[in-house]
Amino acid sequence: MSVTTAPRARRASARRAAAGYLFIAPFMVVFVAMLVVPLLYAGYLSLFREQLIGGTTFVGLDNYVRALTDERLLGGVLRVAEFFLIQVPLMLLLGLLFALALDSGMLWLSRFIRLGIFVPYAVPSVVAALMWGYLYGPEFGPIAQLAGTLGLPAPNLLGGDLMLGSLANIVTWEFAGYNMIILYAALRAIPSELYEAAAVDGAGAWRTAWSVKIPALRPALMMALIFSVIGSFQLFNEPQLMQRLAPNVIDNAYTPNLYAYSLAFTSQDLNYAAAVSFLLGVVIVVVSYTVQLAITRRRT
Amino acid sequence: MTMLRLRWPAVAAAATLFLAGCGGGGADVQQADKPPGAVSQADIDKAMQTPTELTFWTWVPDIQNEVALFEKKYPAINVNVVNAGQGEPQYTKLRTALRAGSGAPDVVQIEFQYIPTFTITDSLLDLRPYGAEALKDQFVDWTWSQVTGRNGEVWGIPQDTGPMGMLYRKDIFDKHGIQPPKTWDEFAAAARKLHAADPEVYITNLASNQNGAWMGLAWQAGSKPFQMTAADQIRVNANDAASKKLANYWGGLVQEGVVATDPDFTDQWYQALNQGKYATWLTAAWGPVFLSSNAEATSGKWRAAPLPQWTAGENNAGNWGGSTSAVIKTTKNPIAAAKFAEFLNTDPESTRMMAIEQFLFPPTKALLADESFVEQKPEFYGGQQVNEVFARISDTVSTDFGWPPFMDQTVSDWDETVGKSLADKTDVVAGLDQWQQRITSYAESQGFKVAQ
Repeated sequence: MSVTTAPRARRASARRAAAGYLFIAPFMVVFVAMLVVPLLYAGYLSLFREQLIGGTTFVGLDNYVRALTDERLLGGVLRVAEFFLIQVPLMLLLGLLFALALDSGMLWLSRFIRLGIFVPYAVPSVVAALMWGYLYGPEFGPIAQLAGTLGLPAPNLLGGDLMLGSLANIVTWEFAGYNMIILYAALRAIPSELYEAAAVDGAGAWRTAWSVKIPALRPALMMALIFSVIGSFQLFNEPQLMQRLAPNVIDNAYTPNLYAYSLAFTSQDLNYAAAVSFLLGVVIVVVSYTVQLAITRRRT
Repeated sequence: MTMLRLRWPAVAAAATLFLAGCGGGGADVQQADKPPGAVSQADIDKAMQTPTELTFWTWVPDIQNEVALFEKKYPAINVNVVNAGQGEPQYTKLRTALRAGSGAPDVVQIEFQYIPTFTITDSLLDLRPYGAEALKDQFVDWTWSQVTGRNGEVWGIPQDTGPMGMLYRKDIFDKHGIQPPKTWDEFAAAARKLHAADPEVYITNLASNQNGAWMGLAWQAGSKPFQMTAADQIRVNANDAASKKLANYWGGLVQEGVVATDPDFTDQWYQALNQGKYATWLTAAWGPVFLSSNAEATSGKWRAAPLPQWTAGENNAGNWGGSTSAVIKTTKNPIAAAKFAEFLNTDPESTRMMAIEQFLFPPTKALLADESFVEQKPEFYGGQQVNEVFARISDTVSTDFGWPPFMDQTVSDWDETVGKSLADKTDVVAGLDQWQQRITSYAESQGFKVAQ
């Protein structure tokens, strides 16, 4: 009996494995064609240099060496790092507060509020940047006019000093609701026994939030944080659109992504742009990993 | 083919003969670099009667109407009009298509200043074999020199132009007893007087993101920033004496705070025009119509005049904007494409339509002298014959202003150097030197030999 069942079982499991590969095939095909191949091609491109006069030559890692000493690139990386350090904690904190408030069940019209906070995420970032650009307008924008009627000096929200903050405000407005939904969903998944136990132990709403809810949110917060690392370092849409309004504040190297774009499409330097993109990818991996490591180490 | 010919001329010649024998490609091969062998009238007639599909990239609204005139005359040829974006976005797509080797149009709208950017990559077709040289006399001299290559090639047919003048608010000038300035000295005096009398008002706005206007003013001042001296040699003089004079002048007025530097074509800027923040707009011949549809609140208050001059009694202007119709070298139907570009910009009915209906300022001598065009009296300018003012300015644009073969980079560098110094009210001459340096190092990195 055992002699006959073993091959049959093996055959069945092989068939099951084949079915598995079949199921992931559509994904793998698209993944390879749209991500892996372009990535390899970009890597290949980054090893060459093409000139208007003189054509294409193989230069090995020259483009990477150049990028590592490129002040404009380093300046952009530092700027988005600063952006990340200031904007992301603020945005996640807001998302967390909203999620906890909604989950507490003490809000009136909670569905309406939830939708209201989430709606900015549904607004295309192009529209958001244009809308905020209008609000920020230094002379005829509503903020400036309000300041004017109150007899206060209007802050130049599109000026060099405040621009990063203005951008951070747009991004926070867009994504706080998105993070709230992630955290809120995670809160809903917490088993109610924990709350009962906390109640039996005499914990109030604040105590429950601090000692039960937030620790249970750790994986969700972790995910939101990693997404935010990537989002910050790839900042592109918002500065690109604000560039029209403040062309001399936001230059073409304001963020690394903006720099790579302008290298490729303004400077016709696809090869160097590919190298810059690769390096930016490395920076993101390193930062993401560092963040993850820092947080998991603290837990143990 | 090209590779072969470059390395072994003899082999290439043999190949040419062979291809000529096969028919078809022969004409193409001959035109590529040798003195242009004209295409015979018989070939042209044949091509214009052969069913052909052409693709035309342009951002001129309603150009379908002019295209229809062409299709009516040549029923065998069908032109697909595609709007691939205005200016830079279109050039980006065009470059991508050229690189990919497919998807490029046959005929394309290209602004004057971008022609060298596309000839350096050998993307445009020389139109001489298709009779373009014979069109020269129909066009204002400087427009023809703009489309003419270093070796006499004709890279496109002028479509519209933008000789620069000054639109000014007569009511504001009258209120403060200011005469429209005839020289830049008078302009500076008026700037100070006006701003002192009303701190809300600036004599003009020199937009810190508008390389086009700056280049037009530099053109007027007699600057020669870019000259190609050989196929791989460029002379860069972006900070020559004339440009420094310009930078000193504007930098001074901006630092005094009597000239605004707001980015143009933004909401802020439109509102400022409507609310009378700027007493003049130094703009191109396409400016008057543009302004009348974007600053309705100020109708009847504007007038047009030539730009102030550096020396009293002189009559010089520069150009800002304007386009050509060029043929992409990879076209499979060079004859039909070249003839289409020609028809669009020389046919009397087509050119008149562009001038009267699309308000494109014409480059042809005929239209600039045409009463129905120059004698229009728009209400917005209090019945002044604005077209006539600009038609006369058009004759005062000098013919020897050239563009670099990497225009995008030059503009972007300008924003970050000269433009930034204007916006930040810092030393504009220093900004100019920085610009010169950036252009030079970019040109060198692209393999050009750079001289000053």
